[in-house]
Amino acid sequence: MYVNGVTLKNRGIPDSHRLSVYESTGGYQALRKIFSEQVTPEQVIAEMKTSALRGRGGAGFPTGLKWSFMPKGVSGTKYLLCNADEGEPGTCKDRDIMRYEPHRLIEGMIIGAYAMGARAGYIFIRGEFIEPIRRVEAALEEAYAAGFLGERILGQDFSFDLYVYRGAGAYICGEETALMEALEGKKGQPRFKPPFPASYGLYGRPTTINNVETFASVPDIIVHGGQWFLELGKANNGGTKIFSVTGHVQRPGNYEVPMGTPFPELLEMAGGLRPGRSLKAVIPGGTSTAMLAGDTMMDCTMDYDSIAKAGSALGAGSVIVIDDSVCIVRVVERIARFYMHESCGQCTPCREGMGWLWRVMHRIENGQGRAQDIELLLNVGSRIEGRTICALADGGVAPVVSSIKLFREEYEHHIRHGQCLVGQRRAA
Amino acid sequence: MLSDQALAAIAAERRKYPADQARSALLAALRIAQEEHGWLPTELIEEVAQVLEIPSIQAFEVATFYTMYDLKPVGKHKLCVCGSVSCFLNGSDDILAHLQKRLGIGIGETTADGLFTLQEVECLGACKDAPVLHLGDQYLERLTPEGIDALIEQLRGGSSDVR
Repeated sequence: MYVNGVTLKNRGIPDSHRLSVYESTGGYQALRKIFSEQVTPEQVIAEMKTSALRGRGGAGFPTGLKWSFMPKGVSGTKYLLCNADEGEPGTCKDRDIMRYEPHRLIEGMIIGAYAMGARAGYIFIRGEFIEPIRRVEAALEEAYAAGFLGERILGQDFSFDLYVYRGAGAYICGEETALMEALEGKKGQPRFKPPFPASYGLYGRPTTINNVETFASVPDIIVHGGQWFLELGKANNGGTKIFSVTGHVQRPGNYEVPMGTPFPELLEMAGGLRPGRSLKAVIPGGTSTAMLAGDTMMDCTMDYDSIAKAGSALGAGSVIVIDDSVCIVRVVERIARFYMHESCGQCTPCREGMGWLWRVMHRIENGQGRAQDIELLLNVGSRIEGRTICALADGGVAPVVSSIKLFREEYEHHIRHGQCLVGQRRAA
Repeated sequence: MLSDQALAAIAAERRKYPADQARSALLAALRIAQEEHGWLPTELIEEVAQVLEIPSIQAFEVATFYTMYDLKPVGKHKLCVCGSVSCFLNGSDDILAHLQKRLGIGIGETTADGLFTLQEVECLGACKDAPVLHLGDQYLERLTPEGIDALIEQLRGGSSDVR
């Protein structure tokens, strides 16, 4: 199996974040190939389309298609942004790419800038990620010194400047238009779409934004070809993908495996469950995706289509494993708190609704649930979904509604008896 | 209140953005100000706005929106324990309870000697290393009560490099 083969290939090599190590393992060969073989921007985009690479930030939008949306022949600056505002509970992969493979990200962005004609770019890294920020900033310095960035890159008629932008603490900035607002020095509140970033993005200019892992996949696609990448995975789900396996497993970690890998294999890589425990539920793509029953998950393969068919989403590949030691109501109450805290406050259904969901979850968990509370949660949820500018609120509703579907008896037990059906009762 | 060094750092941030987009340097300027002063009093936020030549309301909006800005004094060491789901599944509540007992303060409070502030924060993006704590420019990972005791001793002893 092709484990840790593309974006975290060098993770185990000492000083893998340095330019010399990256170059000694084939780094910047994709960029050199583009220039030496006179590959056109259109050919780069065609290769990306062939690869079937889909956005690794969570939405899974085909990257080649997104790149083709950038307008051609416009005057003025076009921008390329990298979303490194990693913060969805369960997601911890971009941090490792930036710590261990910052040049792979940078090379991917330079190639993207070449393909789309972007003149400047920013890597938006969440403010708490000091170590990744320092690694990426040091790598940018090295790349400038080596002539991979700046004016006339490698002597070609192509210039691109790239900078780090540090966030200041707000999950919502991972939403692409909120990120642009933050970059403009404002509160990170999402914009209405349309217009989409390709026509009206940063400073109102044509802009493309991709996730860290997406960009880091680009160099190998250019070197080996889109077909090679596609065949690592399966049709419509090209390549390998990092899965962050966390929660109740013995070896939590980032596992980069081919798309379509059976979930039981991934679970085994992560050390399996703790002794004597059974698999209760899995959140397959970060907390904004619906919870699936353990049995359902054991029949899934890890790709967009299989997880969607099972009723959830692959998201950012953030697999949260939950065993039978814990009460689902407790888990979901904690997840609901996150969305209440992170709602940006712009849309009323989200601002009020996320707090409402948490308060009802909280009273159920604390033994004060009322008979009608399950219906209330479902009702409130249904009045939030689809009524907000961005997807944060839908993401906050998903764990509540999906967990009620799967574990209604735990909710009912809580309400009737004022305590958990399983696991330890919360300390007063 | 801002030193020449801080002003130079803010000027360097401004150069990352188009000349007419000084506001883009606002988040960085507030961070630089806070790093120098420890927290962001009203006058300092106003000064940042003046330096960037933007209305102060724009600076206040940002300073109150993002969680990493401290609008009240905090301790020398701000311990931010992640309480989101992967950390929760790995015992973050126990870590928080241990810290509260050990420091004799509640969540959001600062010790009387001004050394420690304890906060519970949402996902830090290091879920595979749960439970995790953010302290200054470091993440401390796979926390245990024993590790917490050693950390507190080290910080009390004056060391801030606790990796």
